[in-house]
Amino acid sequence: MNEIRVQSEPFDPNVEVDLLRNHSPSIGGVVSFIGQMRDFNDDDMVLAMTLEHYPGMTEKALAAIVDEANARWELMGVRVVHRVGRMLPKDPIVLVAVASSHRGEAFQACEFIIDYLKTRAPFWKREESVEGARWVDARESDDHAEARWKG
Amino acid sequence: MIQIRFFARLREMLEVESEQMELAGMATIADVVEQLQQRGGVWQQAFGGGNTVMMALNQEMASAESAVADGDEVAFFPPVTGG
Repeated sequence: MNEIRVQSEPFDPNVEVDLLRNHSPSIGGVVSFIGQMRDFNDDDMVLAMTLEHYPGMTEKALAAIVDEANARWELMGVRVVHRVGRMLPKDPIVLVAVASSHRGEAFQACEFIIDYLKTRAPFWKREESVEGARWVDARESDDHAEARWKG
Repeated sequence: MIQIRFFARLREMLEVESEQMELAGMATIADVVEQLQQRGGVWQQAFGGGNTVMMALNQEMASAESAVADGDEVAFFPPVTGG
């Protein structure tokens, strides 16, 4: 059971994880990653953030990443929820939750999905600080994280 | 005709979200980029060296060598920063 959503409304990661967890009695473990808005970046205070995306392509890109994870590991369900629009510190931005019979597969698949999402899904963050708004630059460390899964 | 779309910092810099372009002999995304660069000014800046621009063809990641055809949607944007 895979579920992929991109939405401007806030979501509750715990509700999402429970929905996945309760899906089947054969699930032995769920690994989840919650990315949330933090109030700083490079030593500057960040007050709010707006996420832009490419409607249509975003959903396709996420579906391709989840398909790839399902091809690589024996999984019993994946839930990916990503917010767009304006959000405040502590707001969940993204949830990646992966269910499997055994923990090893779930741990790996969860990390794989968030690493790929960071470099392949068309989202862009714009931060608001007291000095004004600025687009967030991509990090080289994200490319390294993605590269680990190749070959 | 092809549909061109711009996102995030690039959209802001160029002050345009999307536009239609005649294919007029263009065979690859590299040809499209060359056309856009020839407009000079911010276009030259946006697509010139030093600025990393990612591209998508019909809503899938693509590269400069990807072939374009009539009716295609080509998008340009900065490296992604979601998650």
